[in-house]
This record gives sequence, structure tokens and C-alpha cells, in this order.
Amino acid sequence: MAGLELLSDQGYRIDGRKATELRKVQARMGVFAQADGSAYLEQGNTKALAVVYGPHEMRGSRSRTLHDRAVINCQYSMATFSTAERKRRPHGDRKSTEMSLHLKQTFEAAVMTQLYPRSQIDIYVKILQSDGGNYSVCVNAATLAVIDAGIPMRDYVCACTVGFVDETPLADLCYAEEGGGVSSLALALLPRGGQIALLQMDARLHQDHLETLMEAAMTACKGVSKVLDEVVRQHLQEVSVLTGE
Amino acid sequence: MLKSKTFVKKTRSGGVMKVVREHYLRDDIWCGSEVCSECKQESTVLQRDACMESNLCSYPHYLLPDTNVVLHQIDVLEDPVIRNVIILQTVLQEVRHRSAPVYKRLKDIIHEKEKHFYTFTNEHHRETFIEREPGESANDRNDRAIRVAAKWYSQHLKASDSDRLKVVLLTNDRGNKEKAEEKALLVYKFEEYIKSLIANTELVDHLALSNDDKNEISSSKVLFPEHLPLSRIQTGIKSGSFLQGTFRASRDNYLEASVFVQGEEEDSTEVLIQGLQNLNRAVHQDVVAVQLLPRNEWVAPSSVVLQDEGKAKDDNAEEEEEEKALRVSAAEAARKPTGKVVGIIKRNWRPFCGMLNLSQIKESTRHLFTPADRRVPRIRIETRQAASLAAQRIMVAIDGWPKHSRYPNGHFVRSLGSAGDKDTEQEVLLLEHDVPHQAFSQAVLSFLPKMPWAITPEDMAKRQDLRHLTVCSVDPPGCTDIDDALHCRELDNGNLEVGVHIADVSHFIRPGNALDKEAASRGTTVYLCGKRIDMVPELLSSNLCSLRSNVERLAFSCIWEMNHEAEILKTRFTKSVINSKASLTYAEAQMRIDDTSKNDDITKSLRGLNKLAKILKRQRIEKGALTLSSLEVRFHMDSETHDPIDLQTKELMETNSMVEEFMLLANISVAQKTFDEFSECALLRKHPAPPPSNYDILLKAGKSKHVEIHTDSAKALADSLDVATVDGFPYFNTLLRILATRCMMQAVYFCSGMDNDFHHYGLASPIYTHFTSPIRRYADIIVHRLLAVAIGADSTYPDLMDKHKQSALCNNLNYRHKMSQYAQRASVAFHTQLFFKSRGILNEDGFVLFVRKNAIIVLIPKFGLEGTVFFDSKDKAKANPNLVFDEEGPTLAVEQHTFHIFDKVKVTISLDDSNIQHQKIRMALIDPVIPGVSVPAPDVEPQAKKPKLDR
Ligand SMILES: [Zn+2]
Repeated sequence: MAGLELLSDQGYRIDGRKATELRKVQARMGVFAQADGSAYLEQGNTKALAVVYGPHEMRGSRSRTLHDRAVINCQYSMATFSTAERKRRPHGDRKSTEMSLHLKQTFEAAVMTQLYPRSQIDIYVKILQSDGGNYSVCVNAATLAVIDAGIPMRDYVCACTVGFVDETPLADLCYAEEGGGVSSLALALLPRGGQIALLQMDARLHQDHLETLMEAAMTACKGVSKVLDEVVRQHLQEVSVLTGE
Repeated sequence: MLKSKTFVKKTRSGGVMKVVREHYLRDDIWCGSEVCSECKQESTVLQRDACMESNLCSYPHYLLPDTNVVLHQIDVLEDPVIRNVIILQTVLQEVRHRSAPVYKRLKDIIHEKEKHFYTFTNEHHRETFIEREPGESANDRNDRAIRVAAKWYSQHLKASDSDRLKVVLLTNDRGNKEKAEEKALLVYKFEEYIKSLIANTELVDHLALSNDDKNEISSSKVLFPEHLPLSRIQTGIKSGSFLQGTFRASRDNYLEASVFVQGEEEDSTEVLIQGLQNLNRAVHQDVVAVQLLPRNEWVAPSSVVLQDEGKAKDDNAEEEEEEKALRVSAAEAARKPTGKVVGIIKRNWRPFCGMLNLSQIKESTRHLFTPADRRVPRIRIETRQAASLAAQRIMVAIDGWPKHSRYPNGHFVRSLGSAGDKDTEQEVLLLEHDVPHQAFSQAVLSFLPKMPWAITPEDMAKRQDLRHLTVCSVDPPGCTDIDDALHCRELDNGNLEVGVHIADVSHFIRPGNALDKEAASRGTTVYLCGKRIDMVPELLSSNLCSLRSNVERLAFSCIWEMNHEAEILKTRFTKSVINSKASLTYAEAQMRIDDTSKNDDITKSLRGLNKLAKILKRQRIEKGALTLSSLEVRFHMDSETHDPIDLQTKELMETNSMVEEFMLLANISVAQKTFDEFSECALLRKHPAPPPSNYDILLKAGKSKHVEIHTDSAKALADSLDVATVDGFPYFNTLLRILATRCMMQAVYFCSGMDNDFHHYGLASPIYTHFTSPIRRYADIIVHRLLAVAIGADSTYPDLMDKHKQSALCNNLNYRHKMSQYAQRASVAFHTQLFFKSRGILNEDGFVLFVRKNAIIVLIPKFGLEGTVFFDSKDKAKANPNLVFDEEGPTLAVEQHTFHIFDKVKVTISLDDSNIQHQKIRMALIDPVIPGVSVPAPDVEPQAKKPKLDR
């Protein structure tokens, strides 16, 4: 019999989660002192590190300078040891360029760039271990890093990948599920207002199913936002204890 | 609630890869038992009083089988007696991995509410998950997981108020059992437990033999070479020293087989295998590894007929004699690559139908079973009910074939009924032709619409209301699954509007659910004499989908606007609602058309259709469509006993062809539309042109009567068949057409993205598909779905647009279609036998259809029956007549008389029931009279006086 059974008759997925359950999210903010902002985030076995510099003056070619807002510069990379198969990953391959661009678009929608005209904000994200949902984990990690840097945002940007199996949407796909022939969709959401920062889908999906899938994705993103909020509050508490305020 | 746990797994694909997967452990997985108050479950599966009366367990208990018990004893588990069983996730996954058919059966049992089978997700339960220990094999780990889960269950149930309830672990593995006993678990061997069941002794016969028992059965002498382990086979295949192929046993010689080795692209080879040692326990259809013998040991296929008959042969002496008989020295040229089986890659055992040969030792419980399929070896089984099974058709499954046993060991699965009985034989032919015919499972039925059913406003959203049209259906008498209905009316502009309305089955069968999967697997409804095996449940086939008269039904309509010359001006497709005004038979419709006094709407509609159909038919024939002929036989059944009382060849009326013509037109229109819309994934049907050599026999047959047949194109063939007549031989043309039919290729379904030859030779159409019978053909359902998407009436799903998946589906549909035809033929053959059994000996006129080396094949037009008249007798005492065969003619000279194709002969027909498993119609020559060959015409016995054949 070919393939994995992604959803058992009893309603469990291969790793034992139910359809709507997220993987366990753990995060820490301010992991690097040198950077303006940084965060480390684990979502299941996918682990990402995000670092933010800025806002600072434009570096390099000044022609990119925008007079009414800040430029966001994103760079995505994957550690050589991040996947089961070890591959050399040259910088700037098609996949990471695309991912960098997606991240840039996401954060342009969320960061209040108009507060910093003629400046630049750098966001670097590295996947240390990959187990599905790389984009979403990067977004979630970068959100924390941006907050850590003290850059104002309209809202948390939370992202989540959802897939569609046997007429059931599955939240937060792991690698095995992504590879199992599921049509998946990645959504980055500003949960409070329900605005979509980015929506990405490569697979085929019938439009009739799109709505259910979107709903599941929104719910999942809101779930993520709750966790992120907790992390931020916890971090603030720790910091305020340290500074004695 | 989530407990995350990471574990490391190594898999090999190319190199070593470290796979890290998360594994969540939960504490919200419930036990599924009625007695439990601890678990917060909404519904329970396992009953409070789980009573199976057993000598071993006097208390209520749940059964917990391990993987091997499920894999090997599924026949017993399916028995209604076995209830309240816990299937662990570990077991379910292992079964899924090891055997797809058993997995499917297990899932069916789990779905059945009355069986009370509960699946416990133990691998994700916080207290039952275990990690593999260093040095522990995957199997041992799983066995341990099963024991841990069993332990958990027994403690969990003890905590509940009903402390009498226990869990019984069933395993056949001695090591596992001992370890379980150490842990103070209740554990029994499966046999032990089944034998302890009170008042269910017949279950014992269903038991598969476990390893321990096999040793006792046969002598310890090693008869066969050891099979190589899979790893060595794989290395061998890679290095080229072994070949992998499908084992095909010979039907006529049990000591011979061939292995079909699929090579690169088209080229494939066949390896001949001869002799018991070389066959080495391979069974028909197994995938095996063979090693070629050195060239000087190659042999030619023998033409000897050898059946494995008589008493059990446990000593080899006799066999060696027979094997020697095979090794006739053959000419160098006739020798074929010969090899021996060195290992089995995949067994393809299924339960086999057949009959028991009783052991000569009266008290013996071990008997040999002879399968109906001659290619399958005899199987040794153990049963205590041999005496009562002796005259019955039974099913037996093979459990294994140890190297010291002459025969495979098996177990009795079930009885099909007494041999020769109509129902039994029907069951046998369904099983042997792999026609799925079990009742639909609960899971399948759950997707049927709830009754009472009515059309809702949502149904109407994307439909056109055509209830006002005068639609009617025309079908054979007694038809309850009406796929199609028609209408024809004059439009205001003087043109005609013609509609073909097809049952909207795809509205009820949604993609991917159990009902859809079952229908896709069945592929087609199978029509046997007096019985129909439905592709979809009866509620759909005979009720909701059937376009009966005076009820509202959902349809998929294809509507043309035509002028009076039958030219299509406009074509449109729509989902609709219709209300048929009449369900007519062909004869009734014909009567209405012919009756000039009738002038109602239905009749007018029919006349319009008939007129257009004639034009369409003429046009089609002008384009070169073939009208071929095959004698289809219809039995007049006795309405009470369902015995055939008369035979009649099917009669065709004008209205038959009227309906056919519009179905063809609809099919072609839909084929074109779906292909235009989905060039990569339209499901089409093609009929390839036969290779010229196929026509040899037809050309020769024509030549023998000085008629020239042209076969360059379908049109040439059709034209030359039309003018082929011989004075004073009116039946000649029909015979030619029958022969021409035999020259044709099989039409097949295919996916348009996988092929580029779409031509339908027989219909002379560049494109064709099946759209008009979705109740009885699955292909039509797919075509409906495609068309619905094309017109925006329904949505797609990934598999519909995947050409590889669709191609795989086509393969199954083609296979099922072929098997259903074979089954149908076998059913006609069986009923013909019944008919001749009741009629006794008959003398009939017939025509020679084919001439063979030692026989002629005779067609009896009156019964549409074909039979062989042999001229060489198997009786060695009798001298064979002098036979001279000339391939050119072809002619066969028997003594002084020479037989040509289409010669008229007279034969006597009787039933030969000397072999109860293989009854056949026997024909003997009466006229022309050839001394020593033909027989005197026997007196035809008055009918019904002596129903049985008297010899
Ligand atoms: Zn419980």
C-alpha cells in the first residue's frame, strides 16, 4: 500500500496530533546582545533564529532609499545541517531568494515603516532545523525579533501552514505531511484585524475548499498569536525584573 | 495536553539518513469500553457483557490479537461469533504494511457495528507508548508494545466497577506468549482459544495452520530446495544472475509452467520451468525469481496433458516417472530458455474454489483439495467435516508450503454449497473471475442518501427544470436500472430538439468516499443469467438513479438542435430534473411507432427519434462503421425454479437500434466536449484497428466460398461484408460477420494524456467515450464528473485531473470489464449445460466455424452454441482415424471426408458430467457419415420424461 495514512479513522495524524492541533511552540527573545533584536523559535522540530538590525541609515546603494518610509531588507537561509540530507546551500539560490522576498512582503505589511523614512531595517532568519512549515516558523520568529528590537508593528504577524486531507483541514503541517501529497497553504495574518499579510499556495485546490481551508488557517494563526503574546509578556516581565522597574 | 517526544529513526534510501520525527503522546485517548467510568468518551464500542462461551474463559472478556493472528486468521475473525475485539494501532499499522487485502477486510470489520471491534491508538497514548530499546528488533518492539497495551487494558478495566471483565491476549508466537505470561497477562494461542469456544466447533476448520502444526503433517524428508532470502534475490536480480517475473502455471500440465519476465519497454521473455523441483513450490500468479539453466539443459514445452490426480503422492517415485515422460528429446530449435525457481518475491495467494478429495483412510482429518482452476496445485487441509463437505464446492486458503511437503498446506474457509447447484456454481464463477460480489459494507451504505429522498432547492441550483418535456425510456423487458431516457420535439423554428437524459449518478456518488471507492473497484455491474451483481447499491441502481416513469429524477442531459436531415446545429449539456412519461420495452415502443392510430406525444416523440436514428445510422455506415454479429443467447427462465426452459437468440428490433444510435451520438458529443476542455485527462474509449494477420481466417473463409473480403480499412471491410452472399446459403453472411467479430481487438478505456491514438475502429469515430450508463459502468461516472466540471455544474478534485491516477483507474476498469465478460460467458455456458441436462440428447444442424488439427469447431445457430468435435480419441484402445490437416485451406481430411470452413454438419449434443467440477457439452458427428468416426443418430428422448441423461 502506497503512502502514509495522514489521518487515521480515529482522527489522529501521523505524529499523534488531531486535525486542528498545532505543534508545540517554544520561543525565547533577546538571544543575542549585539543585535537590536533577536529571537529563537521552535515549532515542533522546525527551529529558526531571527535577528533584526535597525532602523538605521541606508547602507550600500542609496538609490533604494525611500523618502516616506523605511526599507525592509530580509535574508533567509538554511543551515547545512538543517535537513536529513546534507546539502551545500549556496546563498541566493532560487528557493531562498523567493523566501526572502516573501518575508519582505510580509513584514512590509506589518511594520509601521512610515515612522522611519530614509532608513533601513534588516531582518535575518536562519532555519537551524527543518521539519515543515519553514516559512511560517520564520515569520513567527522574526515577529518576536522585531518586537524585541522595539520596532512598532500594527499587530503580531503570525503564520501557519494548513493542508487538506480527506475533506479535513490539517493545521501546522510537519515535513512528513507536506511531502505526503497534501495541497497546502501558508497564511500570514495580522490576527486582531484579521488582515492577511501574505497568502501562498503552490498546489492545486478546488475553490470550493478554499474557504474551509482559509478558516482553518486563520484559527491556526490566532492560536499561534496567543502563544507569541505569552512569550512577549513573559519576556517583558523578566526584563522588567532585571532592570528593577 | 500534548506531550512532545522526539525520537530518532534511521531509514535507508541511498545512504543513511537520520529522520527525526515528532511523536506526541496524549492522555485523551479512551479505552472504548462500556464499563469504564474513568474515560471521558462520548461513545463506546466494547460491550459490558462481552460473552463468548469458552471453556478457558468463564468470564466476560475482550480479545486482543497480535499482528500475525490478524494476518493469518482473518477468516476466523470475520465470523459473526467473534465480537468485542481490541485492535491496537500497532497491529493495524503492521497489517497495513504487510497485506493490503487483509487490511481492507480488517477495516471493513471495524466499520461493522455488530462486531464491536475497537481501534485503540496505543502508539500515541501516554501510558502505552514504548521506545525501541538498543538492540531490539522492530518486531520485538512491536510485540512488546502489544503486551504493554494488553497490560494497560487489564489494569484499566480492573479499576472500573466491573472487575470480572478481562482482556485476553491472543498470539501464536511462543516467545511472545511466554513473555506475556511472565507479566501475568491472560494469554492463549489462537487455536487453543478457538477450540475452547463452546458450540462453535466448525470455526476450528477455518483456522490457518500455524508453524508448529505444519511439522506434524508431513514427513520430515526434504522434497524441495530452500528458497533464497529476499536480500540475496535482490542482489541476484541486480547482477543479472536471476530474473524476476510472474509465475504462470500451465493449465494442461501440472509439472510445467512459464515465468513471464517483463523487460525494458516492449521486449519481455518467457522462461520455461519443468519438473517439481524446478517449480519449487511456486503457485500460479506468484512473483518469483528464476535462474536460467545452462543451455544444454534447455527443453521444449511438452504437449502432454498431465493432471495431478488420484491419491496423495508423498513419495516421489511415481512423479519421477511422469517427469521422465516430459523429457522427450526436442529439436534444438523448439527448445526454449529453461530455468528454475530460486525464490519467491511475492506470494499472490487468494482463497481458491474447488472440491475435496476424501482421504482413503476413513478416520483421517487430512484431505486433499482440488481447486477448480487447474493451474493451482492441490492443497492439503485439515477438517473434521470432510464427509459433509465431500459433495460441496468449498473455498480453501493456502497458509504455507514447507520444503518437506509435497502439497501446500491450507485451511477451509467456507462452503459455497453443493456442487452442481445453481447458486453454488454462480458463486464459484464469480469468485474465479474475481468479481467483487459481497454485500455492500456498512461504510459504503452510510454514504447513501437518507430516505425518504426528495429533490431540494439546493439540488435545483445548477439544474434546468425539464419536467415538462415528454421524456420516455426504452429498454429490454424487466430492466430496473434505467440509465437513459429520450425526448424529441419540434421547435418553433421548425428544427427538432432531441435530448438524451442520463441518470445523474455522480450527484449521489461523491469523489473519494467509501461508496465511490467501492464502485471504482467493482468497475462495472455484472449481468449473469438471471442475476445481476450491482456496481452501486440497489437503492441507487434500481430506485433513485433509475429513470423510471412518473417520478422526478435527476439527470444529466445532452440536448441537440437538429434539422430534419439529422445535422447537428447546436449541442448543449446541462444537469436537469426530468419526469419520464413512460418506461417502454423495445417491443412496446416498436408497436407504438407502427400503430398508425396512435398519435399522442410519446408516440410522436418516438417517431421523430426513429426517423432521425435511421438517418444517423445510414451516415455512420457510410463513414465505415462496422455492423458485426455475435449470437447472443437469451434463456427463457422458469419463473419459479429459475431453470432455463428454452433458449433463444436475441432478436433485434428497429427500436434497439434507435436507442443505440442516440447513445452513440451522446457518447461522441461528450467525448469531444470533455477532450476539448481537458486535453490531458479526458477518459476516452478506443478500439484499435486489428493487425492485418488477424484477418487471415476471415480471408480464407471468404475464399473458400469464392467471396473476396477487403480489409484495408473498416469501410472496405464493411462494404465487402455487405455484398458477401452465396446463393442458396442465406446464413453465410451472418457466419462471416461472426468470424469478423473474432478478428477484432478489444476496445479499451484510456486517459487522453497518456496516448495519442484515439480512433474507434468499429464505430469509425475519431473519438469516443462512455457517458450513457453510469449506473452500471464506473467509466461513465468519471466522464460525468469531467463533463460537469466542463460546464461549471460541479467541482473538480485532484485525482480527476491526475493523468497517472486516471490511467491506473482505466487499467482496473479494463480488467473488470474483461473479467465480467468472461464471467458472463461462463454463466451462459453453465446455463446451457443445465438446459441440455434437462433436454437430454439433441440432434441439431450446425456449421463448421473453425478447422483445427484434430477437431472441428461447430456452431449451432439455434442455440448460439459452439462446441468441439474431436476426431482423435483419448481411448488408446481405439485406433485414431487418419487425419490430414491443411493449413492453407484450412481443411481437415478425416479418412475420406474433407471438412471446410462453413460446411454444414449434423451433430448430437449431450452433457458430459463425468467430471463434476468441469462439466462440458459434448458433440459428436452424425452427418456426414464417416465410418468409424461418426455416430448413428441417437433417438431424441421425449422431453421432460427423463430429465437426466441416460447412458
Ligand atoms: Zn477507560
